[in-house]
Amino acid sequence: MKARELSPLAGTLVRSGLTYAGLVTLGALFALPVAWMLSSSLSSLPAVFAQPYRWLPSPLHWENYTRAVTLLPVPRFLLNTVVITAPVMVATLFSSALVAYGFARFRFPGRDALFALCLATMMLPGQVTMIPLYMVFAKLGWVDTYLPLIVPALFGSPFYIFLLRQFFLSIPRDSEEAALLDGASRLRIWWSILLPQARPAVATVLVFTFIGTWNDFFGPLLYLNSPEQATLTLGLNLMKTQVLGSGVVEWNVLMAASLLVLVPNVVLFFVAQKHFLKGLTMGAGK
Amino acid sequence: MKAEHRQGWLFVSPWVIGFLLLTAGPMLYSLYLSFTAASLLSPPEWVGLENYRRLASDPLFYRSLGNTAVYALMGVPAGLLLSLGLALLLNAPVRGQGFFRTLFFLPSVTNTVALSLLWLWLLNPEFGLLNAGLRGCGLAGPLWLQSEAWAKPALVLMSLWTAGGQAVIFLAALQGVPRELTEAAAIDGAGPVRRFFTITLPMISPALLFNLIMGLVGALQVFTSAFVMTGGVQPGSEGGPNQATLFIVLYLYKKAFQEFEMGYASALAWVLFALITACTALAFRLARERVHYESATP
Repeated sequence: MKARELSPLAGTLVRSGLTYAGLVTLGALFALPVAWMLSSSLSSLPAVFAQPYRWLPSPLHWENYTRAVTLLPVPRFLLNTVVITAPVMVATLFSSALVAYGFARFRFPGRDALFALCLATMMLPGQVTMIPLYMVFAKLGWVDTYLPLIVPALFGSPFYIFLLRQFFLSIPRDSEEAALLDGASRLRIWWSILLPQARPAVATVLVFTFIGTWNDFFGPLLYLNSPEQATLTLGLNLMKTQVLGSGVVEWNVLMAASLLVLVPNVVLFFVAQKHFLKGLTMGAGK
Repeated sequence: MKAEHRQGWLFVSPWVIGFLLLTAGPMLYSLYLSFTAASLLSPPEWVGLENYRRLASDPLFYRSLGNTAVYALMGVPAGLLLSLGLALLLNAPVRGQGFFRTLFFLPSVTNTVALSLLWLWLLNPEFGLLNAGLRGCGLAGPLWLQSEAWAKPALVLMSLWTAGGQAVIFLAALQGVPRELTEAAAIDGAGPVRRFFTITLPMISPALLFNLIMGLVGALQVFTSAFVMTGGVQPGSEGGPNQATLFIVLYLYKKAFQEFEMGYASALAWVLFALITACTALAFRLARERVHYESATP
């Protein structure tokens, strides 16, 4: 209640001072681990364990990064990750957008119940279906291939269906109706009228699918057994096992490898910041 | 059938087929498996309630249940408080807002395995930054992941570092609070604390409920950090000192994919499903009278 006794100007000053203090303190707590990671990744092995720790390594040991990508076949992991992520992005986008179009623009019996069911499956924990799916994929001979990670993307994903449907509903139907009168097929309207107008939602779906698939750990852990099939995320865990198992743990190399895995995420974040934030708040907006 | 009906069904058919093949079918099969003794290789054999009976007297199951409960009870409230605090700070009219928002948000869009390795190093009892900092303050840091008492708090600490995702949701809600309301209350003499509890908090209660439920569901399914950070070099060693970080999903994973007890693991999955459903329902029920939804949305 003290703030009320101060003059309005002093109150504002005190409050913005406290805000800055809070931001800077928390900011430091959020930034320090990253700075330490970067610093460790460029330090020599003895320097990593030196006490007190020297934050600015000199010289900079860039060879940690070379070692990080040659210790295990990282280029192969990168290729594997791309080979999984790219089709998943394309398949998720098109299947979800087709389904979203169906829910947004057609009247048919059972539609609303079906859409409610679709939303409800978002809350279903994956553990309930994981074991039977694994058994089926094993029977099909798909274990240690990318198929269990890619094929499910062909059937649409509830969250993206929801997101795209909401966006489609906000687009006026005039040009679609005109095209329909001109004899254009529904598929054609979806492709050449609706999708181009839904670009922001499309971008959000692609960004989220990329982040989800690129960083997925559980799927590759279950389905990819041989090391040469591993994704970057799974490979990083393999590297952890190998490095921790050796005499002196090369934390500098592990930090270099971790940073390399994080780079695409950070770059994408800066390129597509607004799509990230939109997708997140859209999910909460219901 | 009318052409529009047929076309509508055609467009939604990918999801319907996917639902039947990848969700409904596997769910039913998983329920069936939970009443059988099934391994990966042998065909399932009906055993009735045996798996559930075994669960009821399995000390490791209770251990995983307790661990998960403790993790959720620590992590969810702490995460909500921190993210709400971050959002309130970010909502204030200050310079460098964009910079701080990016800084807080960035850890939550990254790779859990890479983050786990970073935190494994930060939490290193001898050389890690955290204990070095504590030593700097004259405190002896704990053994963190190598200690039965501190392993779960260590994982909670790491999870707090990704609170930025929830903060963004709070921030969006805060920006939707009409300024006239708080200004009117200020003129009526309500202090900042009072304004927060009587206006801001009720106005953002839908976001609070959303974050509570998502946080709860996430905490009950915690896996990757425990798997990566408390798993030693040998496969199967996950679970930390004296099983202190054996969470339900980690136990489920071990049963299903290291010991191939598919029937038993399916029973475990259904117990987890029931638990998540119950917690979500409870949160909704508790929130029903308290959450404020705007009656007229533009």
